[in-house]
Amino acid sequence: MDVLGILIPVSLFLGGVGLAAFFWMLKRGQFDDPDGDAHRILRDDYDDAPKG
Amino acid sequence: MSATYEHAGPAACPACAGAPAAEALADLPRNARLMLSLPGIHCAGCISGVERALMAVPGVQDARVNLTLKRAAVEADAAVSAADLAEVLERAGYEAHELDPGVLATTESDRRGRDLLMRLAVAFFAMMNVMLLSVAVWSGAEGSTRDMMHWISAAIAIPAVIFCGRPFYVSAWSALRVRRLNMDVPITLAILLAVGTSLYETMHSGKHAYFDAAIALCFFLLAGRYLDYRTRASARSAAQELAALEVPRALRLRDGQEETVSVSELAAGDIVRVKPGGRIPVDGRVTDGASEIDRALMTGESLPAYAGPGSVVSAGEVNLTGPLMVEVTAAGEDTALHRIADLVAVAEAGRNNYTSLADQAAKLYAPGVHILSVLAAIGWWIYTQDLRVSLNIAAAVLIITCPCALGLAVPAVTTAASGRLFRKGMLIKDGTAMERLAEVDTVVFDKTGTLTLGAPQPVGLDRHPAEAMQVALGLAEASAHPLAEALSKALRDRGVRPAKLDDLREVPGYGVEARWHDQPVRLGRAGWVGAEPPDITATFLQIGSAAALPLTFTDSLRPGAAEAVQALKAQGKRIVLISGDTKGAVASFAAEIGIDEVIAEALPAEKAGFVAGLAAEGARVLMVGDGLNDTAALAAAHVSISPASALDASRAASDMVLLGRDLSPIADAVRISVVARKRISENFTLATVYNVLAVPFAIAGLATPLIAALAMSASSLTVSLNALRLK
Repeated sequence: MDVLGILIPVSLFLGGVGLAAFFWMLKRGQFDDPDGDAHRILRDDYDDAPKG
Repeated sequence: MSATYEHAGPAACPACAGAPAAEALADLPRNARLMLSLPGIHCAGCISGVERALMAVPGVQDARVNLTLKRAAVEADAAVSAADLAEVLERAGYEAHELDPGVLATTESDRRGRDLLMRLAVAFFAMMNVMLLSVAVWSGAEGSTRDMMHWISAAIAIPAVIFCGRPFYVSAWSALRVRRLNMDVPITLAILLAVGTSLYETMHSGKHAYFDAAIALCFFLLAGRYLDYRTRASARSAAQELAALEVPRALRLRDGQEETVSVSELAAGDIVRVKPGGRIPVDGRVTDGASEIDRALMTGESLPAYAGPGSVVSAGEVNLTGPLMVEVTAAGEDTALHRIADLVAVAEAGRNNYTSLADQAAKLYAPGVHILSVLAAIGWWIYTQDLRVSLNIAAAVLIITCPCALGLAVPAVTTAASGRLFRKGMLIKDGTAMERLAEVDTVVFDKTGTLTLGAPQPVGLDRHPAEAMQVALGLAEASAHPLAEALSKALRDRGVRPAKLDDLREVPGYGVEARWHDQPVRLGRAGWVGAEPPDITATFLQIGSAAALPLTFTDSLRPGAAEAVQALKAQGKRIVLISGDTKGAVASFAAEIGIDEVIAEALPAEKAGFVAGLAAEGARVLMVGDGLNDTAALAAAHVSISPASALDASRAASDMVLLGRDLSPIADAVRISVVARKRISENFTLATVYNVLAVPFAIAGLATPLIAALAMSASSLTVSLNALRLK
């Protein structure tokens, strides 16, 4: 069971990475217009510098 | 139970219900100056089209569409006004309304939504990790391994529970302080008791620890709370959006200079200029100018009235042909419009206090759970004389009965349903409106402006001589009067060419006159051309000294009106048409759209009285209306809907608002609300069944942490999935 000493920190770390990523996305406003983003990717006009 | 939570929030959009985190409005460019509501957009083409149209306007630096909220935020020079942009979009084929960004201020409430979401994310993280550790214990870890698992769980769960559960603790404390019980009291008690006994057990190398249950409880309840918050927030934002729709401005004349000021700055004695086509912002007396005014919104009359020096006008009426100078007699709070709004407030206060399904459930639930767990604890203490065992049992009972499913049952359904309705172009302003809509059995429609667009359509043009029609077209094209515009459009569509006229001029308040083949021709009001005023909407054409030729109009049907009426009939609803318009106009219209029950020439008080009478007979009335004369009836009805074109007083009085021009979502809304109500009661049944099955285990002392976790997750999942079944 010594492996637990590694596995538990690893799983906690990975979970923490996910949590941090979520906070980052929240901060960047990636959940602000889900419908719009879903449609924007399909539109025809090519944009070299898409708006954030 | 939602009524016990006092969350107010920002404009979260219900349409993005599927996404975990639509944080409304944060997407607006930081220094957005103008905001437009775009009820009609729905696809990628619309986004591109709107943004391209807006960017093409000189002075616009940036335009960004938010499809979820159906809004566009525009950054532009000071010279560009939102009204201009709305016009540009209308011309490009997109329905657009100006919004007042000041009213949509969101910083405070937006922060609350984010806060809730962050707690939810932390709870999820902690729950997953603690569950993972618990799996080891469930599958038989013993001795020091189990203790280690418990200690690590405690290290994760305790800080997480303290952080995530804060909304519950705050709410429970504020309820207890005023000696009241709400749903958060059993929740808080369960969390604290579970963590407390688990910590004690862990210290003494006990077998059972409920850390996973405590944090899972937090997570599920926060999820329900977040959904609930978003529905409320979008209801609130709906109200804000409506307030923002009507941007009250006036042109004030001072020392010969015209300046645009907010209506709130006007005082009695000021002179304001009302352009043709503009809405009169204040109550006042005309000092100069002549025109016709449209009182349809105030009284339901479809025939415009004459206004000249000395005429009294009130806020909300629309000036049609000529510019008017109006001396303000009352502005802002003192106007007739506001007095009616006050009447509505009184009517609403008198509206029977509707208790939502959730509140009914919560009333039974909160005391029941406490009694149950106290009884279980006392029973076990008498039986074993062991305080540790009896506290363990009490914690288990509280955890098992804890309203995870109950807390999710209503928010999940209302979120799903209001999201569907929003996508169909309907804003729900009131949290319980959907439940009330489900009970409706009678639908009362207003005519002018609701079933009709309030825009006239000429009829019987083919009966008139072709030459006369050419003259009529020539005259009509010189005026911006709605009748003239409708006439010229209809004649153009028929391929009529305008006659060549000389000395064309508009006489505001009367009509248009010119010379044709050396004889005077006039198009205008009955009195002006020497004809008898008719009882239906009409304008008169006079050529030379011949008798005037009446050109009659009917009101054009609002798109989707016929479909809505048919669909509601098919659902077995009793349908009544009630209007302030003349008998003839109402009867012929009712026959056309297929409504049998008709009441014409109704005064505002009669409308409200009729609705109240229906309610007294036991009918659940849905009132659909737009005018000021409908407001009291809207407030008196069981539930009410108004179109976006309605006056803000009427929109304020109604529970739901149609965003687009189309009326057909009404029938859908009724159908969806019936289904939603069914889902809510199904969810309550499901949650109750789970409790009834699991509680005996808990009381018997057989509830292991595994059973608690299973019961909790299974019931929460079932109710959420059942809610998503809503079509």
